[in-house]
Amino acid sequence: MATTITESTESIPGLPAMSEATAPWAAEFERFQQELPAGEPEAVRTLRLRGLERFVSLGFPTQNQEAWRLTNVSPIARGTFTRSTAAETTAELKPEDIAPWTFESAARLVFLDGRFVPGLSHRDGLPSEVIAGSLADALDRTPGEVEPYLGKLGTLAKVADTNPFVALNTAFLRDGAFLKTPRGVVVKAPIHLLFLSSAEEGRPTVSFPRNLIVAGEASQMTVVETYAGTGAYFTCPVTELVSGPGAVVDHYKVQRESREAFHVAAFQVLAERNSAPSSHSISIGGGLVRNDVNAVLAGEGIDCILNGLYLAEGKQHVDNHMRVEHAAAHCSSHELYKGVLDGKARTVFDGLIFVHKGAQKTDAKQSNRNLLLSPDSIANSNPRLEIFADDVKCTHGSTVGQLDDDAVFYLRSRGIGMEAARSLLTYAFASDVVGRIKVDALRHDLEELLFARLPQGEVVRQAV
Amino acid sequence: MMLKIKNLHASVDGNEILRGIDLEIGAGEVHAIMGPNGSGKSTLARVLAGHEAYEVTAGEVLFEGQDLLDMDPEVRAREGVFMAFQYPVEIPGVSNTYFLKAALNAVRKHRGLPEMDAMEFLTLVRQKMKLVKMDESLLTRPVNEGFSGGEKKRNEIFHMAVLEPRLAVLDETDSGLDIDALRIVADGVNTLRQADRSFLLITHYQRLLDYIVPDFVHVLVDGRIVRSGGKELALELEAQGYATFEQEAAAQQPVAAGA
Repeated sequence: MATTITESTESIPGLPAMSEATAPWAAEFERFQQELPAGEPEAVRTLRLRGLERFVSLGFPTQNQEAWRLTNVSPIARGTFTRSTAAETTAELKPEDIAPWTFESAARLVFLDGRFVPGLSHRDGLPSEVIAGSLADALDRTPGEVEPYLGKLGTLAKVADTNPFVALNTAFLRDGAFLKTPRGVVVKAPIHLLFLSSAEEGRPTVSFPRNLIVAGEASQMTVVETYAGTGAYFTCPVTELVSGPGAVVDHYKVQRESREAFHVAAFQVLAERNSAPSSHSISIGGGLVRNDVNAVLAGEGIDCILNGLYLAEGKQHVDNHMRVEHAAAHCSSHELYKGVLDGKARTVFDGLIFVHKGAQKTDAKQSNRNLLLSPDSIANSNPRLEIFADDVKCTHGSTVGQLDDDAVFYLRSRGIGMEAARSLLTYAFASDVVGRIKVDALRHDLEELLFARLPQGEVVRQAV
Repeated sequence: MMLKIKNLHASVDGNEILRGIDLEIGAGEVHAIMGPNGSGKSTLARVLAGHEAYEVTAGEVLFEGQDLLDMDPEVRAREGVFMAFQYPVEIPGVSNTYFLKAALNAVRKHRGLPEMDAMEFLTLVRQKMKLVKMDESLLTRPVNEGFSGGEKKRNEIFHMAVLEPRLAVLDETDSGLDIDALRIVADGVNTLRQADRSFLLITHYQRLLDYIVPDFVHVLVDGRIVRSGGKELALELEAQGYATFEQEAAAQQPVAAGA
């Protein structure tokens, strides 16, 4: 292994000195570059190289760093992962493999271990002028469509400077989804992006999905990202969303990875004037999960919603880091993140609302509520405000608590059993976020999932 | 005997609130318990319903001959004890109708009756709603969420009407109601009065008893029943206030050492 590292680092001039943890990734980068087609734009190659440089110089984060204080990623840093290279493995995926995750959609793009699977994908319900395909295809065929946005969104460049996982994703970016709606086009049915991962012959795999979503002026679309898989693997996705002037974009992310999986993701939103981007992040699976959501409200009159629900049990660790930047006046942002913890689960919520000097009349609201079902679960909540304007309305709040004894007693006093009462109240707590999901099929799926997770789910199903 | 309370003592956080209650309620009877704030009225209601915050330190309660204190709250409900809450709890995310259907079916299952299907239940609910003149929109809303004070109290009586208990404990159901709402609630209760159903009304004010005429009135002061009588006792209370009863109670107290 050591010789491989030496050889490969020599071929990348100017790369900073590497640690034991980053060196194998640099070696892998070498192999990766050789697989890439020759016709790719130079800018994309440069972007990747810069990503690798940043990753190598940052290294994997440690708990000495504030943003990673409560999340220990050393199992990832120490791990050995195989990047899927063989295109033919994607051909093995059958319709029945994806059936549990799919629903009626205007388009569906399926990815296996980060690679596009055209055979199981469709775009039947989309107007022809809407782009919905694999990023790799776009890089090869229509790079001009991609280049103006890729890796350049809002503060993403800055975020990539500090988040090693965004840098790592950027180093290995190639495939993922590319969606673009032209000006004024309305797509009502959801566009579904399905990312499946699998352990390859018992060896953990790694994938770096890179998604770029561009909503043109006054356009409308709904995008659902689903992540799922079996066995031990590492998913490291980055999604960039440009919400053009007056655009309405509803984005959903449903993370249902296997319990052995690592999932470290970033979602970057750049909102332009009068647009209404909304995001719902549902985190259910995964062993070690980290989501960074960064929204930049760059024009006036933006109405941004960022909601989330995380269910964590057993030894799951789920970390949600939110950063909303109000860079223009007259914008509102509303964040509601709720967590249900059981077993020995650990969760982290860190939410920053940053209001720039000129962003007067900002209306920002952030709320994080955690329900602890077991004495051994721990929820950390850290809401933060940094305000540099003087005429704003900003509120934040966080709670960590157990089920309300009075409510449990009230239900029991009407004849409902203890366990059923607790299940009913837990469902009610979580359904507050699930109920806001506008895609019916997705909402029903998640309701079913909640029923399945509750000890008295059948009673709850009858009662709601 | 529907309910038999013998020398009941109960504490919360180590403070003794009930200090030896004796009370018997026969089938079909309506009893009122009146008392000043802090006398232990609501504690008695919650102990009967099985609230875990209250510790019974002595005494016993028999409901139709069975040890009530030995039952979990939900078992008491299924056996036919109902408590209308002084402060009904808001439960966001759970619809009033579906919650009630789950409750009714739990009660029916316990009694060996078949579960009601949606159609049967809806017919029943429509009929019971009329009792308390409930707006139909309150059925589909989450339990008590955003209900006005009067709507919450009416909803409690509505729940009672659907669950058809044998013993109903109404904890200050009159508090905060205007006269029109009070009449509606009282009419609902009066309609539900029958030979095999008993009521325990807990109230601070005599006003409720103008509309729901009790068979017996008990005055509770400092955790004990200091006087029992017929409905005229309520009028006496109205005229004199609680002060004389509080003095009587104080006179009965053993004087603490050094006091």
